[in-house]
Amino acid sequence: MITVHSVNLSFAHNGATLPVLRDISFHLESEDYCAIIGPSGCGKTSLLFLLAGLLQPDSGTIDITGSPRSGTILQNFGLFPWKTVSQNIALGLVLQKRPPHEVRRRVDSLLEEMGLSGFGEHFPGQLSGGMQQRVALARALAIEPDILFMDEPLSSLDALTRERLQNLIVDIRQAKGISTVLVTHSIEEAVFLGRTIIVLSGRPGRVLQIIDNPDADTDNFRQSDTFFQRCIAVRQILAGEVDGPHA
Amino acid sequence: MDRTRDTFFALLVLVGLWEICALLLDSMALPEPWIVLLDIIAALAGGNLLDDLAISAVRALLGLLLAVAAAVPLGLAIGAEKPLRKRLSPFIYLLYPIPHVVLLPLIIILFGIGNLSKIFLIALIVFFQILVTTRDAATNINRNYYYSMQTLGASRLQVYRHVILPACLPKILTALRISVGTSVAILFFVESFATTRGLGYRIMDSWGRADYVALYTGICSMALLGFTLYLILDRLERRICRWNRTG
Ligand SMILES: Nc1ncnc2c1ncn2[C@@H]1O[C@H](COP(=O)(O)OP(=O)(O)OP(=O)(O)O)[C@@H](O)[C@H]1O
Ligand SMILES: [Mg+2]
Repeated sequence: MITVHSVNLSFAHNGATLPVLRDISFHLESEDYCAIIGPSGCGKTSLLFLLAGLLQPDSGTIDITGSPRSGTILQNFGLFPWKTVSQNIALGLVLQKRPPHEVRRRVDSLLEEMGLSGFGEHFPGQLSGGMQQRVALARALAIEPDILFMDEPLSSLDALTRERLQNLIVDIRQAKGISTVLVTHSIEEAVFLGRTIIVLSGRPGRVLQIIDNPDADTDNFRQSDTFFQRCIAVRQILAGEVDGPHA
Repeated sequence: MDRTRDTFFALLVLVGLWEICALLLDSMALPEPWIVLLDIIAALAGGNLLDDLAISAVRALLGLLLAVAAAVPLGLAIGAEKPLRKRLSPFIYLLYPIPHVVLLPLIIILFGIGNLSKIFLIALIVFFQILVTTRDAATNINRNYYYSMQTLGASRLQVYRHVILPACLPKILTALRISVGTSVAILFFVESFATTRGLGYRIMDSWGRADYVALYTGICSMALLGFTLYLILDRLERRICRWNRTG
């Protein structure tokens, strides 16, 4: 349902133009789950912004059919520090002017679902990194999106918390039947959460390879041989890029 | 409570220093604190100190309120709307540094010599202090907050309500706290002529009569007024900007 065709993007920087994305094309089906991986600064965030409609490409097209509702988790500063956890989660609904009792009910059930019960009146600054990420996830889910765009939602977390939240993302996606597009620079995360893995080159980002990863949703995938082989494959593609002529 | 105790202790130290200076100097121009305290009690009970305090407080408060009501919305808009910032910032740049007190003759011609011109002058001077701080705060809001709001489908007005205003509030309240000192200083200035009411008049009058005890009663009352306003704003800031102390 998302078709990206020959997209180019550049930024003006001190008078010069800085090409950021070059000739990006890919296609995602509905209920697909996709991981975008690439070296730092290659334009992953910019690509996600394009998909979420926060930026417009210089050329090329992005077609999203069926006008799905989207929820977005930004890389940093997604949460509003001046709002409590509950107010943050409720924001999307409040902006849509939903009736207060409905907002309340939805927020309470999301707090519960995300393991945040009892923290509704805390401010984001009072929570651990993992809890903040769950709040961000809850806020994006509050408006019941069809697509979830996530920009390195778990990058600041320790390994175990990270795996737990990765599992949570899988559970949510399966339970609610939503598509997810996840930006990451962790190879394991991309392989675990991406049915389609889009590997980008260093800046300006080009699509190096699109890897089909149909096993991503199977039980105990993280412990399977396929998982490790996919990780190695992705690592080789990225390493070839880093050691290559661009380095 | 700790803070209250520490503040009280500091007050005792200051009064103690005053007492020592008064004893050492042994001059009419510096009466001992307890004599002043007795005079304050007498003036509160029998005289019209309370009236003067009230009228001064009203003038200062109205001046501050007027300034805030005008400067905050304008500062937010100038800071957050780029075209406005471009057009109006040069005016602020030119108008802010001039000493607005010198406009007093003009203000009196326009508004007469009554309360209105006194309040207006306080408002005018505080207005610029709040305006500049508010504008700068609104200019420096992280872009990602705006993107977050955009992904949630917020209108511009909602962005003001949920992001721009709350993000700037701590800075606005700090500016306001600093402005309290300014407003009381201007109060003294505007009450030193064309009035027979207010603490400023009281100070000038007792000075003219060389009644030094009454002079200090006036000075202490003015200090008390400033402190009370400061305290109110401090409480207000702790209340509305609770989040700011958590991050
Ligand atoms: N608004 C902007 N204006 C100018 N340049 C920008 C802007 N946003 C991003 N860039 C530049 O575009 C390039 C790609 O940025 P982007 O944030 O998309 O990379 P990224 O892959 O997400 O990096 P990271 O992994 O570090 O998050 C960077 O060189 C960055 O400096
Ligand atoms: Mg990024």
